[in-house]
Amino acid sequence: MSRHIISMKDFSRDEIDFILNKAREFEQIAQGKKSSLLSGKILATLFYEPSTRTRLSFETAMKRLGGDVIDLGAIESSSVAKGETLADTIRVIGNYADAIVLRHPREGAARMAAEYSKIPIINAGDGAGHHPTQTLLDLYTIMRESSLSDMRIALVGDLKYGRTVHSLAYALSLYHADMTLISPKQLQMPDVIKKDLKKQGASIRETANIEDVIGDIDVLYVTRIQKERFPDPAEYQNVAGIYRVTEELLGKARDNLIIMHPMPRVDEIDPSVDRTKYARYFQQSFYGVPVRMTLLAMAMEAI
Amino acid sequence: MKKDVTEKNPNSSLKKEMRVRPIRQGTVIDHIRGGQALNVLKILGIYGTTEAVVSVAMNVPSGFLGQKDIVKVEVRELEEKEVDRISLIAPDATINIIRDYEVIEKHRVVLPERIDGLVRCNNPNCISNTNEPVISKFMVNKKPVELRCVYCDHVISEGIAEHLI
Repeated sequence: MSRHIISMKDFSRDEIDFILNKAREFEQIAQGKKSSLLSGKILATLFYEPSTRTRLSFETAMKRLGGDVIDLGAIESSSVAKGETLADTIRVIGNYADAIVLRHPREGAARMAAEYSKIPIINAGDGAGHHPTQTLLDLYTIMRESSLSDMRIALVGDLKYGRTVHSLAYALSLYHADMTLISPKQLQMPDVIKKDLKKQGASIRETANIEDVIGDIDVLYVTRIQKERFPDPAEYQNVAGIYRVTEELLGKARDNLIIMHPMPRVDEIDPSVDRTKYARYFQQSFYGVPVRMTLLAMAMEAI
Repeated sequence: MKKDVTEKNPNSSLKKEMRVRPIRQGTVIDHIRGGQALNVLKILGIYGTTEAVVSVAMNVPSGFLGQKDIVKVEVRELEEKEVDRISLIAPDATINIIRDYEVIEKHRVVLPERIDGLVRCNNPNCISNTNEPVISKFMVNKKPVELRCVYCDHVISEGIAEHLI
């Protein structure tokens, strides 16, 4: 199956299940077992915005599968600084590599890149738009650490600008998850997205307090309030640090609760929570590797 | 565009309906939603300095729409792109093509499934609002009329006229 990976909306529930089940098979390789599945293949990474874990986990995934990685490098020292369009860069890199991982600050960049690319484009985040590989690793984490069926999940933080939660909420609606959206009023999920979710048959509640639901949920998905997404710095100051998950708050949690975070965190999860049985965010970042292995193998037609 | 049956003697009925004199040749755009006539003129590139003979009737009582606007442009017949643009702001409009005082063709505008290069995305951060070699593309929802950007997923549901290119 060779294809671009742009948005969760391009995947059916069956396709998502296929990816999650395949990722399970790749876990051992992600932990170091040798593989030459993508030997001779080259992945190009184009990051127009800073990224640590997404870039590194893609590189790790490619290398663990025996492939090579080329990187566009810092934007300031590349042809982009000379004014080259993304469309041109994509067509040039298409002559060098077998797939492209793209992160770009503009919404829709990956969709446009796919129109110009003869090799598969994997969207690693387009502005406040989609980030499907993050969503897939989030689903995988829930599958491995909790359960995707009859799941009650709360999404906390910046639900307005945070791209990961939009994609995730859409995917969760395919699993008929019971969702609670927790955010201050000014960071509520945009109506257009809620409307889409309801069209999928999703059950959604909204509240401003974690305390309201902490005793009723299986998954607490915490996000960082991202300063860089706010058009107005004053708006950011009003909501910065508004949520903080602490051991005390978790006193009312169910035994089987898991806490997830796409990372990096700032102060929304107290470090003392790391020691509790609930914390899964570091495990979650590991799961990025087998999931991205699966997507790379699919994009390069190795599975 | 779907063609209706041409009316046998349309001039008299149009005359009564339009409250303005019939034209010899050109286009009558009828059943425009009340208040949208000036936007239709904008789409047709008709501004204050035009030399074209144009008649506009606004807020005419209409059984179907409540209030409707009518635009008559003499001599000119519309291009398909112009009709597509009009359909976005006046989805119930009918286009009457007049030759020698006769309606020789009458059809309702049809909202296309997708529109390319007609509307600018309202998301300033969308890739289609950059110097990339890309034209805007939208999927059209018909009821209510909403445009969803193919690139960034943003939806334009109100004030479509303001985003026309």
